[in-house]
Amino acid sequence: MITYFFIFLAVLAVASALMMVISKNTVNSALFLVLNMISLAGLFLLLQAQFLAIIQVLVYAGAIMVLFLFVIMLLNVDEETSLFSKLRLKYFVAFLLGVGVFAQILFSIGSFSDTLPTVSSEMATAGTVEAIGDVLFSKYILPFHIIAMLLTAAMNGAIMIAQHKVRTEGNK
Amino acid sequence: MIGIDWFLALSALLFCIGVIGVLIRKNAIVIFMCVELMLNAVNLSLISFSSHYGNVDGQILVFFSLAIAAAEAVVGLAIIIAIFRNNLSVDISKINLLRW
Repeated sequence: MITYFFIFLAVLAVASALMMVISKNTVNSALFLVLNMISLAGLFLLLQAQFLAIIQVLVYAGAIMVLFLFVIMLLNVDEETSLFSKLRLKYFVAFLLGVGVFAQILFSIGSFSDTLPTVSSEMATAGTVEAIGDVLFSKYILPFHIIAMLLTAAMNGAIMIAQHKVRTEGNK
Repeated sequence: MIGIDWFLALSALLFCIGVIGVLIRKNAIVIFMCVELMLNAVNLSLISFSSHYGNVDGQILVFFSLAIAAAEAVVGLAIIIAIFRNNLSVDISKINLLRW
């Protein structure tokens, strides 16, 4: 049963990722990315990471993708008409590079696949909010604070960049 | 139960789709979304390692990478909006601000 669920989610994730890359309309791309994130959240549930699955749907598919959609709608960019028209060589090289990276990663996974562990039984409760919060607020408290500082800095930076006046000839 | 290598192979495949997307697309926003795809793929491999080694540290790392992705999306989209206001385009083949 779990195997079928994994296959279904994996096919969904790969298909939505491919559709995201090749679809011409930017809004369609964003919606396929949402589908991809939701299927990844299902995979996280299969791996008993319940907290991160919920966070994936709430933060990624909810907040960040809404931000992306907002920017797409704000900029009102038309679809790329020249996606697959010219510069065939560039796409060929890109595809070749992607396949090369994939082959390298698969080779390294395959050469280590004998030493990889099987599922441990004590992992059943390790992905809950309680278990993660326990470690997050004791062992990783300093990185947690640094992340808070980083998010504040990012917010300030975004406001500064967005408020910057358009520089024209008369207004310097 | 599925072995860890299937999860890692799926993560590698998603990562490479993201790499190809970054290389072939011209729309800056779509390139950003492909970067998010790559981050997600790495998150999947981190969680599968964490789950199979029985150690929560990988999931904490995923938590941090999520926060980094949020910060990156905010700043990056602000930069894209600023560039769009100056150039009226998000086509990266038309943006040559940093060309020497």
